[in-house]
Amino acid sequence: MNPVNYLYLAALLFTIGATGVLVRRNAIVLFMCVELMLNASNLALVTFSRLHGNLDGQIIAFFTMVVAAAEVVVGLAIIVSVFRTRHSASVDDTNLMKL
Amino acid sequence: MDNLIPVLVAAPLAGAVVLLLGGRRLDAIGHWLGVLASTASFAVGLVLFFSMLGRPVASRPVLEHLYTWVSVGGFQAQVGFQLDQLSMTFVLLITGVGSLIHVYSVGYMAHDERRRRFFGYLNLFLAAMLLLVLADNYLLLYVGWEGVGLASYLLIGFWQHKPSAATAAKKAFLVNRVGDMGLSIAIMLMFSTFGSFAFGPVFGAASTASKATLTGIALMLLLAACGKSAQVPLQSWLGDAMEGPTPVSALIHAATMVTAGVYLITRSSAIFNLAPTAQLATVCVGTVTLLFGAIVGCAKDDIKKALAGSTMSQIGYMVMAAGLGPIGYVFAIMHLVTHGFFKAGLFLGAGSVMHGMNDEVDMRKYGGLRKYMPLTFATFGLGYLAIIGFPGLSGFFSKDKIIEAAFAHGGTEGWILGGAALVGAAVTAFYMTRVMLMTFFGQKRWVPDAEGNDPHPHESPAIMGIPMVVLALGSVFAGGLFAWNSSFVNWLAPVTGHQEGNSPLTATTVSGITMAVIVLGVLVAWLMYGRQPVPAAPPVGSLLTRAARRDLLQDDFNHVVLVGGGEHLTGFLVYLDAKGFDGVVNGIAAAVGGTSGRVRKLQNGYVRSYALSMLGGALVLVATTLLMRSVS
Repeated sequence: MNPVNYLYLAALLFTIGATGVLVRRNAIVLFMCVELMLNASNLALVTFSRLHGNLDGQIIAFFTMVVAAAEVVVGLAIIVSVFRTRHSASVDDTNLMKL
Repeated sequence: MDNLIPVLVAAPLAGAVVLLLGGRRLDAIGHWLGVLASTASFAVGLVLFFSMLGRPVASRPVLEHLYTWVSVGGFQAQVGFQLDQLSMTFVLLITGVGSLIHVYSVGYMAHDERRRRFFGYLNLFLAAMLLLVLADNYLLLYVGWEGVGLASYLLIGFWQHKPSAATAAKKAFLVNRVGDMGLSIAIMLMFSTFGSFAFGPVFGAASTASKATLTGIALMLLLAACGKSAQVPLQSWLGDAMEGPTPVSALIHAATMVTAGVYLITRSSAIFNLAPTAQLATVCVGTVTLLFGAIVGCAKDDIKKALAGSTMSQIGYMVMAAGLGPIGYVFAIMHLVTHGFFKAGLFLGAGSVMHGMNDEVDMRKYGGLRKYMPLTFATFGLGYLAIIGFPGLSGFFSKDKIIEAAFAHGGTEGWILGGAALVGAAVTAFYMTRVMLMTFFGQKRWVPDAEGNDPHPHESPAIMGIPMVVLALGSVFAGGLFAWNSSFVNWLAPVTGHQEGNSPLTATTVSGITMAVIVLGVLVAWLMYGRQPVPAAPPVGSLLTRAARRDLLQDDFNHVVLVGGGEHLTGFLVYLDAKGFDGVVNGIAAAVGGTSGRVRKLQNGYVRSYALSMLGGALVLVATTLLMRSVS
């Protein structure tokens, strides 16, 4: 199968994720969309690695996974903490820093 | 003998210091200390004068170097005195007439509780004036020049409890400052051109400088002379200076202050001789002033202000003569000395009249005083005859010489100057006769003073009378003594240079015409003020009279042009500052503030909006990268 198709899939997944981040309000869904974007980029990196015949892209994909795992831990902790104090998971309600 | 020169300045200066710092314990003897200081200076002056007379002409000038004042790199300021025939003449005039005025003041200021301070100021005045005429460089001269300005300020405003006196003092000081500016610029020009401001080096190198520089220096010196000598356009302070006690007026008008300008021009003759444009300007200033002062003198009812106008006019004669160059310098100084005698005598006489008339100064409230004050009448009368140029008296010799020199200037200019000088002589005769008639002749027009006391005119005490007599003798004989055998010309010519002019008219013709116009002036005055009674209230008068009563609108002119101009300039500058500079600064601040207020709205607190920004930014970056790649 032509590896370029993987790139199309990655672009599609990234677009879905980005759109989700922009239009949804629930912090959990937002988070999942961010994960979708990260994994879309992982897919693209692995595909590039395959296309170019070296391992650079795969290594960066590993880095991304590690960072994403860390981000999920911190991000979920924040979301839980915000939910406890404000009883809402909507990102529009956390606007205290606004002028 | 010559190491006595510093004593001339030191004696009155020590007197001033002792009197001003001594405090009340000196109140009882302070005035005599003041008289002692000035007469000591006069005595030293006489000793030096006879010592100078005994030497041959070539070795008469003496330089006495005292010490180095400032020494910074190439800038050397020395303190030293130069006593030559010109300085000697001034020293004798200043200390002689000054001492007489001191003696007179003992009587005149007898009832003033601040008399000790008054004598301190008088001594300070003499010291400053002596420093001015004895200095051997322009910087030291400038010190004396400023000292004279300070002392005149203190004395004009001596009765500072009167707002008019305080204002007059400030006015005199400010107007003088304008002239002082000219002197300081002249000194700076000299230093940058010649690298020195001592008389010797400057005059020696004068011919090497460019004509433009010399003209600049001479014009600045002329400006300085205008300030101190009350010449047009800086004449406005002189009339108001009459607010001071009368001896001060005598001192300012006869021995010191107003003579400083004539001294400066004569002393700088080496520069003026090489700058014909500046000489022409000097002649014009002198001619305008001599007519200006004479016209003002005709319209004043205040006896002191009439005499002040007369001073302005006579100094105008001197400045004009000094501007004529070597044909005039000697006669300018000669008139200055004779004028010193009769003007001091006239002012002291006026003071004596005021003393007897409860300090009334309005001549319309005098009249018929000759029977009550015979001595004052006699001395004032001799001064009057001298100033109008009565044959044989002082003014006759000195003023005739100036008129001759004016004609001898040559060409159309000579005729104009001579004509103006003749008109001045006629007007002088008119206003002085008017003063004489209104004060001493005619009906009594006395009125009670503000407290309701009727005036009881009486002769002044001897201590005031004696100086008046001495000055009257000077008014009578000084001119003849100077003219006899051309003694004054021979005395002064080695310093100032002298050449006889080629007058288109003979001396006899000039004297004849002068006599004729003087008689005319006296006659007109007698027709107006002697034959018919003087009205107690001044008549409305012609347009010229009314203008002359207001000093030919000098204050109005200054007010409209200088004060008004200054106000407009200030208004414009304030406008420029508020709208221009502040506008730019405030505008930038407002623009930054407004922009940030709008930019701030982007921070709306919605995560999705930030995410959109990031997405937009990322898209722009990607698009740019692609674009750059496709271009390259």
